[in-house]
Amino acid sequence: MYWNKEYECMSEEKLRELQLERLKRTVKRAYEKIPYYRNKFNEAGITPEDIKNLEDLKKIPFTSKADLREVYPFGMFASPIEDIVEIHMSSGTTGKPVVAGYTLNDIEVWAEVMARCLTMAGATKKDIVQVAYGYGLFTGGFGVHYGARKIGCMIVPASAGNTRRQIEIMRDFGTTILTCTPSYALYMAEVAQEMGIEPSNLKLKAGCFGAEMWTEAMRAEIEKRFGLNAYNIYGLTEIIGPGVAHECNEKKGLHIFEDHFIAEIIDPETGDSLPDGKRGELVLTTLTREGMPMLRFRTRDITSIINEKCPCGRTFLRIERIRGRTDDMLKVRGVMLFPYQIEKAILEVQGVEPHYQIVITRPQYLDEIEVMVEMSKETFSDEIKHIENLKKKLERRIEETVGIRVKVSLVEPKSLPRSEGKAKRIIDKRSLKE
Amino acid sequence: MKIKQLSIFLENKRGRLYEALSALAKEGINIRALSIADTSEFGILRLIVTEPEKAKEILEKNEFTVKIANVIAMAVADKPGGLAEALKYLYDANINIEYIYAFVEKSGEKAVVVLRTENLDKTISLLQQKDIKLLSWDDVLAL
Repeated sequence: MYWNKEYECMSEEKLRELQLERLKRTVKRAYEKIPYYRNKFNEAGITPEDIKNLEDLKKIPFTSKADLREVYPFGMFASPIEDIVEIHMSSGTTGKPVVAGYTLNDIEVWAEVMARCLTMAGATKKDIVQVAYGYGLFTGGFGVHYGARKIGCMIVPASAGNTRRQIEIMRDFGTTILTCTPSYALYMAEVAQEMGIEPSNLKLKAGCFGAEMWTEAMRAEIEKRFGLNAYNIYGLTEIIGPGVAHECNEKKGLHIFEDHFIAEIIDPETGDSLPDGKRGELVLTTLTREGMPMLRFRTRDITSIINEKCPCGRTFLRIERIRGRTDDMLKVRGVMLFPYQIEKAILEVQGVEPHYQIVITRPQYLDEIEVMVEMSKETFSDEIKHIENLKKKLERRIEETVGIRVKVSLVEPKSLPRSEGKAKRIIDKRSLKE
Repeated sequence: MKIKQLSIFLENKRGRLYEALSALAKEGINIRALSIADTSEFGILRLIVTEPEKAKEILEKNEFTVKIANVIAMAVADKPGGLAEALKYLYDANINIEYIYAFVEKSGEKAVVVLRTENLDKTISLLQQKDIKLLSWDDVLAL
């Protein structure tokens, strides 16, 4: 099922032609309207005329999140304030927030790409879409809302939180499509059970989950608990919000809406381009954004490009599910590791619920990792030796996966903090003081 | 001749044992025997109570992980060597004991111990052959 077959299944030749035409227009607009880009181009000794083919994109310097913070709040806008109709902001947990401005046309593009995403998850105008992403400065709620409205779905703008009410609404309204963060979906399943509502009896048929890292094992868990099809959605405030890429029925990678965005993969350390199939940092360029064109934005997300024909018929390239963040990348005893690796290992050891927390300390000179895993009803045994075995099995599996010895502590169920938004998986207690 | 025991997972955290026991006390559950197996990080609290199913429900409502396990309650002579004699039968039959602990109350003149082995059925038939008294659930309630 396609929302816009003409574009989604466009021939590669036509697509590249369209991309080049749009790229040239975007570069020109950025150069002419945004002093930040003009300076960057001048420093690099290039002008918009130097962009003659898609390869030339690589001549343009990267834009980083730090660059965007520098021009806070409106320094990246290419449109006058009177043409900006909406603002969103990324959370400013690591510094000043990033402000994104949308023109009416940007909102229209956003609705278009989100309509494609929801259609990929099977949405039609007959569906009831519950938006449990936060509404507000965060892009999640509104992005899904615009896409669902374009399709003509019945929208339940529940926003995040108030979990018991979310579940009652799902039951009473017969919600068919749920959109929220994957950790929140699992949390809802748990709360539903506490309320005596069996999640798999709800009418949910699909869910679009994103805005945080998750794993195939979590997908299996969500699908099992709710009896739905769980799809991976990707996006970020700096580019547009959710709707940059989404999985089709194959669930083997997320199609990038290449008529609106160009994806590249680079080595996060050197900035060099990496070939398709190689994992590295995702870099995105917008092709149609008016309010805030973005050239070679470094997303800090780790993935790779899948350049293979997809059985679904879409010609757009795919990216694999996000494998980590360049800034989540933990360096422990000099070894690079990502929380998802630890999560995967835990889930492979059967029966343990996917609730865990990673605590990194440096008691003396050496980093130590402790992984706290909640004991589940299914794995609890009356005998110490079985529990000790479970602990050893977890430690061994994690060590095999990440290549580092960790200490596993089994904790009581529900003793780790639950999130209604993004899960707090890592607690880094290492102090840099000598 | 199996009786039901509650096993509760406890983290080694201040107050957890108290919280478990007070939750049961509030609902009028009486504890007949109790033991704690502990490691440096966690422990397993084992209880014989008057209403195991209800007790399990109460504890689960209070966010504890609980399992009901089958064990044997065995009456042995309350004198030096009384327990050892019974255990020798198991030793000779090559049956490993997983854990053992004692009831507070006596059964007549006999001491009562809770026993779990790797093979409960085999243990029961062996002990019965040897004329060791095993308590039924009604016997336990009557203690």
